[in-house]
Amino acid sequence: MKPAAFEYCRPDTVAEAVALLTEFDGEASVLSGGMSLGPMLNMRLVRPQAVVDIKHLRSLEGIEVRSGEVWTGGLVRQADALKSETLARTVPLLALALPFVGHFQTRNRGTLGGSVAHADPSAELPLCLATLGGQVELGGRRRRRRVAARDFFLGTFTTSREPAELLTGLLWPRREPRTGYAFDEMAHRHGDFAIVAVAAAATVTPDGRVERLSVGLGGVEDRPMVGDTGAFLGHPATPDTATAVAEALAERCDPMTDMKASADYRRALVRELTGRTVARAFDQARREP
Amino acid sequence: MTAAPAQGWTGRPLPRKEDLALLTGRARFMDDLEPLPGIRHVAILRSPHPHARIRGIDISGAAALPGVFGIVTGAQIAETCRPIPSVVKTPIRFMPCAIDKVRYVGEPVAVIAAESRYVAEDALDLIEVDYEPLPGVADLGDAMAEGAPVLHDEVGSNVVNRRSFRYGNPEGAFARADHVFSFSYSYPRSLATPMETYGVIASFEGGPDRFTVWSNFQGPFVLHTLMATALKVPGNRLRLITPPASGGSFGVKQAVFPYIVLLAAASRILKAPLKWTEDRLEHLTASSAATDRLGDIKAGFSRDGELMALHFTNVVNLGAYVRAPEPASVYRMQATSNGCYRVRDIAVDNTLVVTNRVPAGLNRGYGGPQFYFALERVMDMAARELGIDPVALRRRNFIRKDEFPYHAPAGSIFDSGDYDAAMDELLRLAGYDDLKARRERAKREGRLFGIGIASGVEPSGSNMAYVTLAQTAQERAGAESKSGANSTATLFMDPMGTVTLQVSSTPNGQGHATVAAQIVADALGLEPDDIDVVTELDTRTSSWSIASGNYSNRFSAAVTSAVKQCAANVGVKLRKLAARDLDVDWQDVELAGGQARVKGGQGKGIPIAKLAARTHWNPSGLPEDVTAGLLETVVVSPPTLGSPDAEDRIASALTYGFVCDLAAVEIDRATGRVRVEKYVSVHDVGTMLNPLIVEGQVHGGFAHGLGAALLEELVHDPAGNFLSGTFADYLCPRADDVPPLVIGHVCTPSPINDTGAKGMGDGSSMTTPATIANAVADALGRNDLVLPLTADRAWALANGRTPVTERKKADTPAFRPKAGALTGEGAFRFAAPPEALWTRMLSPDVLARAIPGCREIRQVSPTRYEAEVVIRVAAIKGAYTASLDIVDPVPPRRLRLVGEASGKLGFGRGEAWIELQPEGGGTRLTYRYAADVGGTVAAVGQRVLGAVTRVMIQQFLAGLEDTAGPGGRSAFLALLRRLWRALSRRGRAS
Amino acid sequence: MKRIKPHERQRVAVTVNGRRLSGLAEPRLLLSDFLRHELMQFGVRVGCEHGVCGACTVLVNGRAVRSCLQFAVEADGAVITTVEGLAEGDALNRLQAAFRQHHALQCGYCTAGILMSTTHFLRENPRPTEAEVREMLSGHICRCTGYHGMVQAILHVVAETEEQGSVEPAEGRPDPVTT
Repeated sequence: MKPAAFEYCRPDTVAEAVALLTEFDGEASVLSGGMSLGPMLNMRLVRPQAVVDIKHLRSLEGIEVRSGEVWTGGLVRQADALKSETLARTVPLLALALPFVGHFQTRNRGTLGGSVAHADPSAELPLCLATLGGQVELGGRRRRRRVAARDFFLGTFTTSREPAELLTGLLWPRREPRTGYAFDEMAHRHGDFAIVAVAAAATVTPDGRVERLSVGLGGVEDRPMVGDTGAFLGHPATPDTATAVAEALAERCDPMTDMKASADYRRALVRELTGRTVARAFDQARREP
Repeated sequence: MTAAPAQGWTGRPLPRKEDLALLTGRARFMDDLEPLPGIRHVAILRSPHPHARIRGIDISGAAALPGVFGIVTGAQIAETCRPIPSVVKTPIRFMPCAIDKVRYVGEPVAVIAAESRYVAEDALDLIEVDYEPLPGVADLGDAMAEGAPVLHDEVGSNVVNRRSFRYGNPEGAFARADHVFSFSYSYPRSLATPMETYGVIASFEGGPDRFTVWSNFQGPFVLHTLMATALKVPGNRLRLITPPASGGSFGVKQAVFPYIVLLAAASRILKAPLKWTEDRLEHLTASSAATDRLGDIKAGFSRDGELMALHFTNVVNLGAYVRAPEPASVYRMQATSNGCYRVRDIAVDNTLVVTNRVPAGLNRGYGGPQFYFALERVMDMAARELGIDPVALRRRNFIRKDEFPYHAPAGSIFDSGDYDAAMDELLRLAGYDDLKARRERAKREGRLFGIGIASGVEPSGSNMAYVTLAQTAQERAGAESKSGANSTATLFMDPMGTVTLQVSSTPNGQGHATVAAQIVADALGLEPDDIDVVTELDTRTSSWSIASGNYSNRFSAAVTSAVKQCAANVGVKLRKLAARDLDVDWQDVELAGGQARVKGGQGKGIPIAKLAARTHWNPSGLPEDVTAGLLETVVVSPPTLGSPDAEDRIASALTYGFVCDLAAVEIDRATGRVRVEKYVSVHDVGTMLNPLIVEGQVHGGFAHGLGAALLEELVHDPAGNFLSGTFADYLCPRADDVPPLVIGHVCTPSPINDTGAKGMGDGSSMTTPATIANAVADALGRNDLVLPLTADRAWALANGRTPVTERKKADTPAFRPKAGALTGEGAFRFAAPPEALWTRMLSPDVLARAIPGCREIRQVSPTRYEAEVVIRVAAIKGAYTASLDIVDPVPPRRLRLVGEASGKLGFGRGEAWIELQPEGGGTRLTYRYAADVGGTVAAVGQRVLGAVTRVMIQQFLAGLEDTAGPGGRSAFLALLRRLWRALSRRGRAS
Repeated sequence: MKRIKPHERQRVAVTVNGRRLSGLAEPRLLLSDFLRHELMQFGVRVGCEHGVCGACTVLVNGRAVRSCLQFAVEADGAVITTVEGLAEGDALNRLQAAFRQHHALQCGYCTAGILMSTTHFLRENPRPTEAEVREMLSGHICRCTGYHGMVQAILHVVAETEEQGSVEPAEGRPDPVTT
């Protein structure tokens, strides 16, 4: 299992990287951590003309807390994000989800940006970004643009990143007051791709009613799906409401069947995990100032 | 631990000699070796098809690639090798490489030698094989059905052997029984996946013809004879060398032998030493597998719980060929068909079947997991039906401790045991009564909590002859008799008094060197560090026999006797030498602390090194009764291991350990997660030679059993396409999946060998699947369990549904695809009315624009299209040649599409049922589809294929809609945007 | 910017276990193959080449990573520790000794990678719980031991460290956390 030959390119600036991506016109693969790209290269599922190693792009590093949002550079490693007190404080959902992302050893190298750009339908980080209503920052030849997560993920491994664009950062909405976050997933083994993953962010009014609710489902369809929970706004933030949300999402989702799980089973997991997750988010939200 | 540590080194939990090299990275494994200059690196071209005829192979493109040294195809192998025989006499020709037909995914088709593995893999892509795909069959039921595709035309059927056995009078006993309980089951395929894969370096040297092969092969070395025969050389011209370290096997590495033949033959053809290291995809796809089975067991009981009769029906999936030593997997337990019970009347019916799967072979427990799954499941079922506690029912039928040696009805001679004592220990450690109370409490609370038990004997030290049970007594009578199992050991003491022991036991991590050193140290009064143990094999210099090797737990059961006798013989010489100096009778001399001294005496002894030096420096000065040299070779052949008799009885193993296990599980009804709350395993391994190693084996066997019970399965679709080619698809238990294991021991030393030790490497790998299945069945009150009990299956069982197995899970009753692998359905709304849409759908122009990645399409008949497409999912891009047939069209309402596509990354065959209905001036198109996908994408990309298929269908339909617009063909990205809108509408609706 | 053509072999220099070593690598050469066959660090084991089994884990700039999912050219200039760099002179270090004492290895093929992961892990988390140890180990597959011995061995080292208040000497600095 050895990769096919490719040209190795290591740009020092985003402009150089974008120029390379332009030059290879869709036939270059971007390498950051390589935790997803590596296996696909080794199995020769992917045979790019060039591999563009972006690890030396200093501007893609770091975590910046801004007003209302937190920017994480595309190259922030998952292990560093997990250790970051800043992120734990400002984007609690991420801190909850990261332990489910691969393993200690893969998080040491895997990046936040790489996982989002790869767009595996079962992956945790795209799910969190979509659930929180975050954005993807893309650098292109002429401009830098932001794409809402819900417009970014198009399907399995497929995003709206243009071939000549580079994912430079992720924008995570900051933690809100009176808001609880919860994450849960079911996989055959810990660290495997989720059969179903559920992320929830719930804002609760001081008198205990649902003010905002975002529930994302991973592993269910071909990209992270954020369920429509509008009907539950104003409802009491109680376990009963959580159960009703779970019922509704389970009813409406359109799960995949694959070797690891039937659609029926996925639907049942959506019901169970959504119920648990939303209830936890409610519970936490009620205790948050 | 109840067994008290013996005096001396043997019996101590001594840390291992092997560890220093392994922990510091200095141990040398197969791929580390570079024993010769000029080695070329090999990649093997393998069949992507489960079943296909090879019409031609064009190697010109690959041969022209710079760095490629040479290419060998099946035709050349056929000229160089003879087929490799097996004990089942059929016209099947098993060659190490496909000649004119491929019969399983991964079967070797060509060997490429190049300057590096990288270049060799580059060349794989450039070989063009013209395959004519044939219908494949992977499942036993399908393979035996009327009209099934036949793998071997020369046999004419996929059933290659049937044999029926009657021990005692089972029919009479069933007639007398008050109750007969039975169940049918299917047992899945698994693979023990050693962490080091196969490796071979082969070198042909002419004049005379001679092969030297380095490989992490483990024996039995009966295969050496088969390999030499296949390579057309005498035994002493095939030199086989194993590396110092081998990274696990669990039986699996036995099946490297056809690759030894392949590489050796290729080396001869290409005139260069060749090296091949199997990669993990190759290993999961095409190395070996435990046999999957369709089984049926009937058990007759008296009303008070006496097990009166058993009837096993075993239908065994050998895979595509009968590869030696198969069909041993089904015959290994045959002589032990009574399990640990006193039942005397037993029937066994065995049917051996070939299918389009990788050939089966040794795998930890070898036939035991399947056997105990049947026997121990039926014991638990019977207990429930009879209203007898499963523990009491087993005890009622245990062989009693005063009945040993026990002559089992099918020929095994159980050496020793105290099964009741082991069960006592099990219940004590498990807190059985507390667990039962927990179960009651859980039931009241509506939770799913169950307890399962399994017990059985662990046959070890195989009799080479048991596999000849596949032949009738008459067939056996016509051939040379086979029996027994030689163990060899050679001990040499050098002039400095240190020892080299050579045992050819080819361990794969079990710690043979440590245990052998303990035994020798005790016999010679030395320390284990003084003993250098050579466990690897060099057929040119080692002492070995056909039974040598590492399998069937034979080291502790059999090889240690040869080691002990060898050391004792040398010890006698040393004592005789010392006796003269000490002026005592040699029997009064003992060897201890590096000295020979008078037993019980306080006086100064004579250093053993000094005695050893004398035998080398002054051989003519030795006493008359001491022969020259301190070199001993001992061959031990246990007398109990005879040939099968006319009634098919045979003592198939030397020692019979005992295992009893208890599991308590709780199942989360909502998620199907099976949580093992408690697991206790009690073993009787006879004398423990090194308790640290014994417990290590028990832990490891348990983990394998746990994996088989809950996670592991080699998955094929019904046509034989392979679907679990990565470690993300084939799920091995990891550290957080393995629950705490409580281990207990009882000890009844074996009287049959020199150490009292029994074999114990299989251990719980045989009983854990049955134990956990029993616990899950108890929790759910259901018997229709299918292993592995993954969360999705346990969820289905816990929620009143039918568990799904392999790829049949995708079958839907609404329509019946021949082999429903990928299935799905959906709907799409078009602006155009059905008539217009119909015309558009069948126009090559429109199809060319709508089919994602379509480069070219031709209509070759009114109902057939051929196309070249490039399918791209993100960076995964492949070119395919496709055909599309329209079947049963009913314009403008419905049609069926049958499509095929093939390319380097894989191939697919599918059908789609399409209906058009008018809806508000437009059309509502509904579709259902079923497709088989094979090749690389299926083996490694299974997880996302469903989603990808969906996206492509949506792309196609969106494209069809798009072509209606005035803009005509749109760019790929525009299509995606459009698709996105279509999908997001759907998304928002959900 | 650096560009290396598909089959062009360039010199890659790394520090392995404190020694400066270099070898030639074309872009696609996996770090695992480079370490083994170019730099002769055969203690690095290859088990799956798709990043699941963990046998090839080494420390690159102090972090435990899969060497099969990295290219040699990426590692140019890196500080690498392999299992060959763990022993203290001729003596096993505490972790290695604990592995031996607790029979944490059988065939030993997965062991090198597990030792490297554990080395990094204990530096970051010197007082882990058993669950944390098992979670860290879940990045590896061992088929021989059932993991029991290695969990005991690691917890043994943790307990010893707590008693003695000492920490394993670090080799190579971990990357700075980019917060």
